[in-house]
Order: sequence, then C-alpha cells, then structure tokens
Amino acid sequence: MTNSPIVEITGLNHWFGEDAARKQALFDINLTLDRGSFTVLMGPSGSGKTTLLTLIGCLRAVQDGALRLIGEELKGADQARLVMIRRKLGFIFQAHNLHESLTAGQNVMMGAQVHPGVDADLAARAAGHLLGLVGLADRVAYLPANLSGGQKQRVAVARALVGSPALLLADEPTAALDKDSASEVIDLLRRLGSKRGMTTLLVTHDNRILDRADRILTLEDGRLVSDEDRVAG
Amino acid sequence: MKQLLQRLLGRLPIGWLQLTHNPMRFAAALVGVAFANVLVFVQLGIMTSMGTATLRPYSFFDADVMISAADANGLTDGGNVARQWLLQAMADPDVQDGMGLFIANAPWDRGDADISLTTFGVDPARPEFVASDIAGDLSLLEVQDAAILDRLARGLGREAAAAIRPQSPLSFETQGRTLTAYTTFAGGGGFGGDGYMIVSDQTFLSLFPARSSTAPDHILLRLRPGADGPAVVARLHRLISDPALRIRIYGDAAQEELTYQQTKRPTGIIFGFGVLIGVLVGLVIVYQVLSTDVADHLREYATFKAMGYDQKFFIGIVLEEALILGVLGFLPGFAVGATILTAMGKITTLPLSVTPFMAITVFVGTVVFSALSGAIATRRLAAADPADLF
Repeated sequence: MTNSPIVEITGLNHWFGEDAARKQALFDINLTLDRGSFTVLMGPSGSGKTTLLTLIGCLRAVQDGALRLIGEELKGADQARLVMIRRKLGFIFQAHNLHESLTAGQNVMMGAQVHPGVDADLAARAAGHLLGLVGLADRVAYLPANLSGGQKQRVAVARALVGSPALLLADEPTAALDKDSASEVIDLLRRLGSKRGMTTLLVTHDNRILDRADRILTLEDGRLVSDEDRVAG
Repeated sequence: MKQLLQRLLGRLPIGWLQLTHNPMRFAAALVGVAFANVLVFVQLGIMTSMGTATLRPYSFFDADVMISAADANGLTDGGNVARQWLLQAMADPDVQDGMGLFIANAPWDRGDADISLTTFGVDPARPEFVASDIAGDLSLLEVQDAAILDRLARGLGREAAAAIRPQSPLSFETQGRTLTAYTTFAGGGGFGGDGYMIVSDQTFLSLFPARSSTAPDHILLRLRPGADGPAVVARLHRLISDPALRIRIYGDAAQEELTYQQTKRPTGIIFGFGVLIGVLVGLVIVYQVLSTDVADHLREYATFKAMGYDQKFFIGIVLEEALILGVLGFLPGFAVGATILTAMGKITTLPLSVTPFMAITVFVGTVVFSALSGAIATRRLAAADPADLF
C-alpha cells in the first residue's frame, strides 16, 4: 500500500452539457501519480487541465472510467464520501482565497480543524508552526488585507499543508506572483512536499516551474499527449 | 466574546469574526434588529395594556354569573337588559342574589382638562357585589350624589386624589349635577375613558335621566356556595324567556371581552398587525444581512467546501450569525422598548410596561425568528461550488 500510486486513472472520459450541447472535455485519460512525486500539468486553455484537476480533487463526479485516489474508487462515491476524501487533500488556488475576516493564523487553522478531533488549541499550534515554515511567523495575527500578494499565497500554502495532505493539487499558484515570490512558493512546495512525502500535482503555464518538476504532463484537446519524466532541478 | 464563542462552538467563531469584520454593517444590523424589537415591544406593551385595561373594571365587582344584552361584547358595550330577567333568574334555586349594574360615561370639566369617567351605578345595599377594597365604603353611596372616585384617573392630580376622605370630600360637577366624592379606589385610565367612578343606582339615574331603573346594562348574580356555575347558566338559558340574552360565567365574560377587544376591535387588530410588522421587519433585516454576508463570502465558503467542510458547518456559521444578531439586537431593543413604554405609561396612565413574560417572549421570538431568517439564508450556500474555484 505504501508504494502504491496515490492516483490511478484508467480510461477516464468526461463531458459537459447535455443532449445536443454535450461536449467531451477529457478523452481516455490513463495516468498514475506516485507518492512523493512533483508533477506539473501543462496545456493550453481549454485543454482539460482544470477538469482533470477537479475530478482528481473530488470536486466533480466521475462519469466514465476509473479514478482511484489514495486507494479509494471515486466513481459512484456519494457526496459524503467525497467530502471525507477531500479532507486528505490539499488545495492551492490561483487566487489565494483566504477568508478576509480571519487572520493568517486563523486561515491556516481552518485547514487543520477540518479534521475531526483537532481542537482549536492544537490547530492554532499547527498553524503557528506552518506559518513559521513558510516564513510568516511574525504575521500570524495579520488579516489578509495587511499581507502582500506573495505572503497571502504563502498563507494559502500553509493552509493547504497544515493537514498533512497525501496529495496537493495546485492550480496556477504562481500566476499572480512576481518572479521572486513565485520561486519562493515553488521552493516551499518542493521542500515541504518532499519532507512530508506528499504528492504534488500542479497546473501551470509558468515555464519557470518546469525545471523543478519530476514529471511534466501535457494535455491538448482533452487528451494526454505527453508524459515526460525529468530530473528535478 | 470571541473566546467565549470559541469555547461554546469548539471551533473558530467564524460567524462572529465575519460580522465584526465590518463594524459599520454589524452596527447597522444590530440597530435594525433592535428597531424591530422596539416595534414589537411597544405594540405588545399596548396590546397587553389593552388587555389589562379591559379586565380591570371586571375586578371592581364580584359576581358568579353575568346577564347581558345580545349585542354586549364588553362591559361598557351593547344595549340594556330588562330588570325582569333578574327576577326570573332569582327563581333558580342556586341563585342567591342579583343586582343590576348601570354603566355610562360622565364628562368632568376640570378647567385645564376635560376628562371622562366611566361611571358604574350599583345598589349600595349590596356590598357583596363589589370588590372587597370597595365594599367597605359602599354605604357612603347611600347619600344622594355621593361618589367613590378613581384616584388613578387621568387628569386627576395625585395630591388632590389623595386628599379625598369622608372628612375632606371633593365636590365636582358633572352632567349638570354636583357630585361629592367621599373616598377613592384604585382604577386607572383605560382606552375608553380617563378613569372610573362608582355611584349608587339612584345617583346614576339622576345623572343620566334618560336611563331607566328597569333597564340596567348588566345583571350580576351571586350563586349559592358549591353551585355548579355552568349548570346554572344552562338552566338560566331555559328559564329566562329571552333566548338572545348572553348569560355567562362572570370570568368567561371578561375573557370573551378580552378576546373581542384583541381580535375584533380595530385597535386590537391594528396593534396585532403592529407586532406582526415588527416580526417581519426583524425577519427581513436579519435575512438581508445574512444573505448578503453569505453572498459576500461564497468564494471563501467554496474554498472551505473544497477543503472538506460539509454543509452542516456552513449552516452552523449562518445560524451562529443569526443568533448573535438576535441576542445582541435584543438587548438595546429591550432597553429602548422598556423606556418608551414607561414614558408612555406615565403620560397616559395606561398600565404600560415590559413584563417579564413579555421580555422572555420577545427574546425567544427574536432568537427563533433570527434562526429562521438564517435558515432561509443558507439556501444561498448552494451557490458556493468549489469546482468553480479552479
């Protein structure tokens, strides 16, 4: 089990719309992601990257094919099961999506408190620790409005990682960041990911990130057209 | 507050943090809820006062059964009854005694203010038909043009009223006659008059010459101890030859008038609507605040959904906000409502105040309706789709 792939996709197809308006977004995707790997998913707009990411992230129902995530088959899983599985994942979005009313520390606590049995004290300690790891120990009590764009994205990284997810799904996490901030965030993800044995699947158009990837997948028109193993930089 | 809520909820008090993040909006929401509470308090206070004022004159008398005209919906309302029905009623073996009760309004020009006294004409030889605190003074009414005056009557100075005693009576003119008040009793202004006055039936007929001694407004009956009131009433219905008469247990008559005043009279319906409008205003305000708040945080909620928070969690946040608005909005609403009612009570001498029952009812109502508004606002949570975040 320890060495089994974290994601196993076989013959995955997905459609949007109904009847005459029905349009296929993904065609026969076959893919596995190994534990601890850092994979970049590339492709032009409309190629199906986001659709694939949301399917792996249990945010959409699997229509056709098989998708096993952390050993569980997602096809046919009910909403409650999908919610439970999502708790084992970490999400980083293009926009940081921090809660404006919560401090940096409280935002990160939300990532911990989703797990049953984690009380506020434990969550606060974990949040403080993670914010320290992303270099924001002195910003725990800051509201998002008082943080820079890079700092907000680092808080979002801390929030995604505080629950020790088995799989991190990141959608253009550096799109809104300058070169230095983007580099910092990717370094963080690589460093914390490898330390925790976490698998990372990252969607990006940012060529600066490609050098850091173990593997680069390319989607075009809903088809996986390239799967390139690389030595991480 | 944050610590308290965190302890109570066992999680971050996100509702509290969201509400207080925008202090102006939070304050406006609380003012809105407080305003709705004030509306409800004032309307309920007036309704309760109307109930108290309606029942109060019944407390001046002591009877078991009351016979009234068919159209008599209240003590001071409706036509007369024939005294002959009193004689017929006395034929029932359980009817011990009876008395005709005369009622009319007497104006009193006090110079600075004209007041109207609801005047009761009673037989001064039958003290058992009046409340015990008045019964001892009833013999004073055997003197022609004597009166027992309501010391709480609106427009009658408290000091002047307190000075009225048999040794220092107060004479005044009404209906073209000079009456002399030898003592007082505790009545109070109502919605139909400024106060009360009790005179003998003979004095009453002198004051209101158009009235006849054979046609009192009501007939009060006392039953023998142990008599079955409802059974006597049923027998009286058969015994008395006018089937249209209203023959009721005295307490039932009081309750029926209360119901009539609150549900059939325009004033009762208006104040009842006032309460309803207050509740609706509160509902709309809380709903508006919460639904706007949910709409403003859909992206954050979608993020939480993606992280694995379930619907229960979001409903909890919205209900947390609803309860905070309800509880914190109630406190100023209670304070302002109580102040307004007390001030109105002083000005009008109506029994206006916030009773503990009223306060508890409004508090529970506020919390329940706030939660209801919150529950309605949670429908907007469905729009928070985490798949849209990517």
